[in-house]
Amino acid sequence: MREINVNKVRDAVEKMCIEANLALTEDVQIAMKNALEAEINPLAKEVLEDLIKNERVASESKVPICQDTGMAVVFVDLGQEVALVGGSLEEAIHAGVRTGYEKGYLRKSVVKSPITRVNTKDNTPAVIHYRVVAGNQIRLRFAPKGFGSENMGRLGMLKPSDGREGVLAFVVETVRAAGPNACPPLVIGVGVGGTMEKACLLAKEQLLRNVGEPAMEQEARELEEELMERIEALDIGPQGFGGKTTALAVHAALFPTHIAGLPVCVNINCHVARHRERVI
Amino acid sequence: MKRIQLPLTKEVIQTLRIGEKVYLNGPMFTGRDAAHRRLVETLERGEKLPIPINGITIFYVGPSPARPGQIIGSAGPTTSYRMDDYTPRLLEEGLLGMIGKGRRSSFVRQAIREHGAVYFAALGGAGALAAQAIVSAKVVAYPDLGAEAIHALEVKDFPVVVAVDATGASVYEREEKTHV
Repeated sequence: MREINVNKVRDAVEKMCIEANLALTEDVQIAMKNALEAEINPLAKEVLEDLIKNERVASESKVPICQDTGMAVVFVDLGQEVALVGGSLEEAIHAGVRTGYEKGYLRKSVVKSPITRVNTKDNTPAVIHYRVVAGNQIRLRFAPKGFGSENMGRLGMLKPSDGREGVLAFVVETVRAAGPNACPPLVIGVGVGGTMEKACLLAKEQLLRNVGEPAMEQEARELEEELMERIEALDIGPQGFGGKTTALAVHAALFPTHIAGLPVCVNINCHVARHRERVI
Repeated sequence: MKRIQLPLTKEVIQTLRIGEKVYLNGPMFTGRDAAHRRLVETLERGEKLPIPINGITIFYVGPSPARPGQIIGSAGPTTSYRMDDYTPRLLEEGLLGMIGKGRRSSFVRQAIREHGAVYFAALGGAGALAAQAIVSAKVVAYPDLGAEAIHALEVKDFPVVVAVDATGASVYEREEKTHV
């Protein structure tokens, strides 16, 4: 067994909170540049230029790229040969979020009860997804999730007879309905199959992939390509003012499902496609 | 570069058309979900509002905290449709301008037309850039709401696009018409 002190997890989470909100990873920067080069609509080009400039200003002045610095979503892949010491893993993650959001001058956007809605004032709790995997390392993936785009996500429990075309139509309709509200250009996570919650978790996890990196699996890759084409044809464009740049990427994943079902979940990210990763 | 002075007047609003990019200068207030709810509940109780609503512009934003020496943190628009249920009531009280992002409901567009008001879209997800156009910021109501408190802002050449003009037309309708 390899011992890992949970304080290392706390520190890694704290750093990722701050870094993710102040600078985009290279994959997103490249995707934005490519979009600007490919775009032909003049207003859309102007918007993309401003969004790229915004990212530069954010990094230089240490002001978050977007004021919605998100609810903290953390995926933990815990190696089964790791012995955690120094306290609770879960508490260490929340502690990292608490100090990261404070030290980074990030907005605290979490309310304790969804009904009575009083702010927790430290952006906790985080939403944490654990998986126990082989090995002696901990892999942490972090995404601060803004709710302009999160609110536009949708789950569909389709019928097997709806088939591939039903899946494509459901995703495209979700993006059309999201339109300008989700801050396009978007990164679109699609989970197909499993159960209700499995489809949603898959969709969310796809937002953590490097933007524009195609799926490994051919069936998913073909869905991504076809969806990109259909979404481009919507002419929503950056900020919804028109143009071909409605999505920077579609990331899809499939999972076996039940003979009676065809779950599809669409989880949308805005152009501020923040995601970070650390392996301890 | 078309500069517009705040507070707005109905005469100036009449000159604005959807899709037009303009630069706002002058005072405005912030307000989003929780503040809107409180404003409308205050009106329903027949009580006095904590800010003068007549003629003002409200920017739907919950800024991130300012670092020492900075005026404000990141300050881009939030999605506007969540304010739709409260908007007609505030327009009745004299609200003239709104800044946010995304579509408005048809009943809001109708109320905008009836009252000769205007809705602007700022760049969503570009809060660092927006902050550069804000020259002062001060909490003036509901400090307990944190980022959702009402701030008085002063802006200089704050870039926006006219999204719903005084005729009730929407810049997003182009896409809605094509695909609905």
